[in-house]
Amino acid sequence: MNNLDKNRLIDTSFKYFGIACTLFGLVVLAIFLVKIVIEGIHRIDWNFLANLPSRRPQKAGILTAWTGTAWILGLTAIISIPLGVAAGVYLEEYGKKNKLTTIIEINIANLAGVPSIIYGLLGLEIFVRTFKFGGSLLAGAFTLALLILPIIIVATREALKAVPSTLRQASFGMGATKWQTIWYQVLPASSGGILTGIILALSRAVGETAPLIVIGALAYVPFVAQSPMDEFTVLPMQIFNWVSRPQHGFVVNAAAAIIILLLITFVMNGIAIYLRNKWQKKVNW
Amino acid sequence: MNLIEAKSVNAYYGDNHVLKDISLDVEANTVTAFIGPSGCGKSTFLRTMNRMNDYIEGFRMDGSIIMDDQNIYDKSVRVEELRQKVGMVFQKPNPFPKTIFENVAYGLKIQGLKDKQKLAEVVEESLKKSALWDEVKDNLNKSALSLSGGQQQRLCIARTLAIEPSIILMDEPASALDPISTAKIEELIAQLKEDYTIVIVTHNMQQASRVSDKTAFFYMGDLVEYDKTKDLFTHPKNERTENYITGRFG
Repeated sequence: MNNLDKNRLIDTSFKYFGIACTLFGLVVLAIFLVKIVIEGIHRIDWNFLANLPSRRPQKAGILTAWTGTAWILGLTAIISIPLGVAAGVYLEEYGKKNKLTTIIEINIANLAGVPSIIYGLLGLEIFVRTFKFGGSLLAGAFTLALLILPIIIVATREALKAVPSTLRQASFGMGATKWQTIWYQVLPASSGGILTGIILALSRAVGETAPLIVIGALAYVPFVAQSPMDEFTVLPMQIFNWVSRPQHGFVVNAAAAIIILLLITFVMNGIAIYLRNKWQKKVNW
Repeated sequence: MNLIEAKSVNAYYGDNHVLKDISLDVEANTVTAFIGPSGCGKSTFLRTMNRMNDYIEGFRMDGSIIMDDQNIYDKSVRVEELRQKVGMVFQKPNPFPKTIFENVAYGLKIQGLKDKQKLAEVVEESLKKSALWDEVKDNLNKSALSLSGGQQQRLCIARTLAIEPSIILMDEPASALDPISTAKIEELIAQLKEDYTIVIVTHNMQQASRVSDKTAFFYMGDLVEYDKTKDLFTHPKNERTENYITGRFG
């Protein structure tokens, strides 16, 4: 075998090695999904969605869990969107480039990498104990809002950066104030990117369990939350609770609940991808 | 009558001294052209007249620019009001990514005008003045980005006219356009002179000689020569001006 043959062999083998690497994650995920679906799909019916939790697996449902997730999603959005977008707008449009803003920027980027359980401890100390929210929806939503705030801020800044400065100049040149320029021109032009970031951040919040366990969300909540101050559970907690039970019936329930949770996050990610593509197509300066 | 009086304007980008002691008067209802090679300071000087340099980090200037007996760099001057009086057309057409109507109505909307009929009147009038009305009157709700480059630039002029400035600054308004669109813009400038005072920066010396009444030649941050356009192009007093307009450098 001469040198060229050897090199070509390396070339070909790397190609197959690369394919194997690419498929590894996908195959494992596919096997997992198929197994979950086979196990849980027949369990999903109207009663499963509308029933309260129960000690008997056949009667147990996820009503409290998915309404809890919906509450958390809504409250987290209300808290985190204005804070995150406003902070992003400030840093990108108003903040002067000096040492202080550089330090703030680095810290925000770092915050995005802090393990979620640390946010849970922070939430426990601040919202549960200091603000006396207890193990309520509000405490959970504030904690998750803190967790996803860095993601929203970074996404907002990226979207604002993509707006060309000529647009801002055009608006200033017409006698607009900075706020008018941001409100009427820059934000509408960057809304697609900002929205994408928000949805991805929220879909992360939907799947979080650890920080909610820390702040004291309960796995067994026998009633649907009526107000933000109520105790709550969410889908990931319900799943966690069910898989740790010995009876096989609960494992089936967990599989069914996983399907619902995956469906929610897939839909959210799908919307995000759709918006991003639409936005990229619309903007050609 | 002098509408703009610049007195000993010095400007810096960081340590870079880009405008050196420029004094220059602009008369009302004339077209004044600024010419000179790239980086000579002509655009920077233009942008001092509506304070668009304020946003550039590291920019500093001293000296004064007097309009209506007031230095526009006075603390009491509000830049938003200044820019309603001194409109600007940029080098690359930069319409807002909105409808044609909204582009023209924007300036009045941010001033708080809500009367739809009045807005429609101003939009029509402004588009007529900028010679764009006939081309877009049936498509006012189409995106401004669907227009051609030349149409977009006339839309930007219409947008500026809608807020009734007395001065219009044009920063190489035709440099991104084809010859036919350029001719239309030049024709428009000649018409607008009746009602407005126009200051135009241009790379194109033929354009300066065609459209302007007075021409200022900038070189390396200095105002080398400022004279009636006819005189400057036929009998330049300064050697550097002569070298530039005859194409020996720049």
